[in-house]
Amino acid sequence: MKKIHVIASAVALTATLSTNAFAGATLDAVKKKGFVQCGVSIGLPGFSNADEKGNWSGLDVDVCRAVAAALFADANMVKYTPLTAKERFTALQSGEIDMLSRNTTWTLTRDSSLGLNFAGVNYYDGQGFMVTKKLGVKSALELDGASFCIQAGTTTELNLADYFRSNNMKYTPVTFDTSDETVKAFDAGRCDALTSDQSQLYALRIKLGNPDGATVLPEVISKEPLGPVTAQGDDEWYKIVRWSLFAMVNAEEMGITSGNVDAKMSSDDPNVRRLLGQEGIKGSGLGLADGWAANIIKQVGNYGESFERNVGQGSSLKIARGQNALWNKGGLQYAPPIR
Amino acid sequence: MSVHTPHPDLPPPANIVGVIGWSRSNLFSTPLNTALSLFALYLIYLIVPPMINWIFLDATWVGDTREACASGTGACWVFVKVRINQFMYGFFPEAEYWRINLAFGLLVVLAIPLFIKRFKHKGRLAAFILIFYPIITFQLFSGGNFGLTHVETSKWGGLSLTLILAGVGIVASLPLGIVLALGRRSKMPIVKSVCVVFIEFWRGVPLITVLFMSSVMLPLFLPEGTNFDKLLRAMIGIALFQSAYMAEVIRGGLAAIPKGQYEAAEALGLSFWKSMGLIILPQALKLVIPGIVNTFIALFKDTTLVLIIGLFDLLAIIQQAFADPDWLGYSIEGYVFAASIFWIFCFSMSRYSMSLEKKLNTGHAR
Repeated sequence: MKKIHVIASAVALTATLSTNAFAGATLDAVKKKGFVQCGVSIGLPGFSNADEKGNWSGLDVDVCRAVAAALFADANMVKYTPLTAKERFTALQSGEIDMLSRNTTWTLTRDSSLGLNFAGVNYYDGQGFMVTKKLGVKSALELDGASFCIQAGTTTELNLADYFRSNNMKYTPVTFDTSDETVKAFDAGRCDALTSDQSQLYALRIKLGNPDGATVLPEVISKEPLGPVTAQGDDEWYKIVRWSLFAMVNAEEMGITSGNVDAKMSSDDPNVRRLLGQEGIKGSGLGLADGWAANIIKQVGNYGESFERNVGQGSSLKIARGQNALWNKGGLQYAPPIR
Repeated sequence: MSVHTPHPDLPPPANIVGVIGWSRSNLFSTPLNTALSLFALYLIYLIVPPMINWIFLDATWVGDTREACASGTGACWVFVKVRINQFMYGFFPEAEYWRINLAFGLLVVLAIPLFIKRFKHKGRLAAFILIFYPIITFQLFSGGNFGLTHVETSKWGGLSLTLILAGVGIVASLPLGIVLALGRRSKMPIVKSVCVVFIEFWRGVPLITVLFMSSVMLPLFLPEGTNFDKLLRAMIGIALFQSAYMAEVIRGGLAAIPKGQYEAAEALGLSFWKSMGLIILPQALKLVIPGIVNTFIALFKDTTLVLIIGLFDLLAIIQQAFADPDWLGYSIEGYVFAASIFWIFCFSMSRYSMSLEKKLNTGHAR
C-alpha cells in the first residue's frame, strides 16, 4: 500500500506540480506554528547573509521579516532555511518552506511550469558594465573597441555579444572559467571592462585592490527581475507576501519611515491613514490585523530604507538605486494603491 | 713486553660524512642531479619565503574590523578571528556552546583509557562509547530534555557538524561494511545477491547524487507534512554510501586470509560467527587498517559535499562568511584556514593508523 502511495505521489507531483493541494492551508499552518519558514540564499552579499552571530540580514531577508511583521507584529518570527539554487523550488513544492526569497529571477517558464507564484519584484537586476575610472567612460555606448573580461559559457557572454552587435560596436573578449579569475584579470588591467549582473558587479568591486578606482555604468542590457515566490494554489498566502512587499514600496512613496511611522499615525492624509490601518479596508482584506503595514514599516522599514541599509549607501556595496528607484523618481518600483 | 696499541682510527674524510657527505651523495652525485637539486632549491626560494611572509610576517592578526586589514599586505586573519566561533559551532546559540564543548570533551575523556595499556575494561568502555555516547551527544546537541533548550539541526554547523557527519559515517559504516563483506562472501544465494546489489548500487552512484536525492527527491515522495530532518537524511545517505566502500576494503582483507585458517576454524568446531569473530576478522581487519583509515579520511573530506544541500559544515560556513558585505574579498584566508583544519584531522588519522599497525604487528607484515 505504502509503495503504491509513494509511486502515486511521485507521479502526481512530477506530472502536475500545479495541483491545488494546499489552498488556504499555509496561513493557518504558519499561524499555528508561530513563525514563517523562509528559504534564503546560502550567502549573497547584501541579499541574504549571516553575520558572525548567525543573524541573517539582507534585502531578500527583509521580505521574510516583513511578512512575519505583518502576521505576528514581530519581524523576528522567521526561521531561515538556507537553500542552494537547485534545491530552492523543491523546498517550496514539498512544503518545507512557506516562502522563498532568494534572488530568484521571474521568468515565464518558472512561473508557468514549476507550480510557483512570483509575488512581486524586490530587486530589478540586469546585466551591467564595470569600468576603471581612468578609462573616462560615462556610458556603455562609448565602449566601442574595448576589451571585456567575461566568464565563458554564460548567458552574460551571449547578452554582451547581442548588445554590441545591435549597437554596431566591436569588442575584444578575454574569457575565463570562473568569476574570481575574471575579477583578478580586471584588477590586473588585462581588460577595460567587466560585465555581469549589476548586483554582482558591486560585490565584485569590493574585491578589487582599489574599489574606488572602478565604476558601474548606468546601462542595463538584460532583464533579471528578482522577487519572492510562494507555492501555487494558496492565493490567500500569496497575497499576504505580495502586499507585504507592496506596503514597503507604498510607505517609501508616502515618505513613511521606521522613524516617523508613529508620528504619521495621526496624519490627515487619507492615503497614509489607509496604509497604516486607520481607515478603509484595513487588514480585513488579507485576513491580518489592522496595523499589519504599520508593523512592517516600524520593524523592517520602507523599501528605500531596506535598500539603503542592505545594498545601498548604508552598506559597503553602495549599489545605486537605478532601476530600483520609485516609479516617480525614474525607476521601476511601483506598488498598487492601498484603498 | 710491549703491548701493541693500534693507531686510533682516523676520522673518515670530511667530504663523505655529515651534511657535506650526505649532499654529495644524494643531491650532487651527477651533473643531472646537481641541476635538478639547484632547480628545486630555486623553486623553494621562489615559493616558501613569500608564503611565510603572507601567512605570518605581513599578516594582520589584531583588530575586529575590515579596516584593520586595509594597510596589511599579507593575510587578514582578523576575518577568521572574528568568525572563529561560527566556524567551530555554526549557528548554534552562543549560550549553548558549552553543550558542544561538553560533548566533545566527554569523548576525549572517555577515549583516553582506551590508549592506556594496563586498562582492563577496554571492550566494555568501547561498547559504551559506541552505544551510549552517541545518545548522550545527540541529547546535548539537540536538547529538548533535562531542561536543555531545543536546538534544531538547521542551526548545527561548522567544524562540529563536520565531526558529527564524519563520526556518524565512520561509526556506522564499519559494522555495516563488515556485515556486507561477510554477506558478499556468503554461500547463501539470497544473502549474497542482496549484498552484491547493495554494494554495487551505492558504489555506482556519486555521493553528490546521493545527497542531492536525499535532499531534493525524498521530500517529494514523503506524504505532505512529514518533515524528515535534512541532516538525518544526509547522515543516512553518507553511512550507506560509505558502508559499501568499507565492505569492499574488508572483503579484500577476508580474501587475503589463507584458506587454512578457515578450515582450521571449522576443524575446531567453531560456529560461523565464532570462527569469524575469533579467527578470521581479527586477522583480516588488521591487514586492511591502511585501507580502512584511507576510507575514513576520504569520508572526512567528503562531508564537505553537504554544502550542496544547504548544510553548513566547516567549508560551507566559511564560504557563507565570504558573502558578508563587510568582509568581501577575504576568501583566500578562509580557504587556507579550512585546508589547515582538514589537514590536521586527516594527518592525525593517518598517524594513528600507522601507530595502530605497528602495535598490532605480529610479524606477518612483509
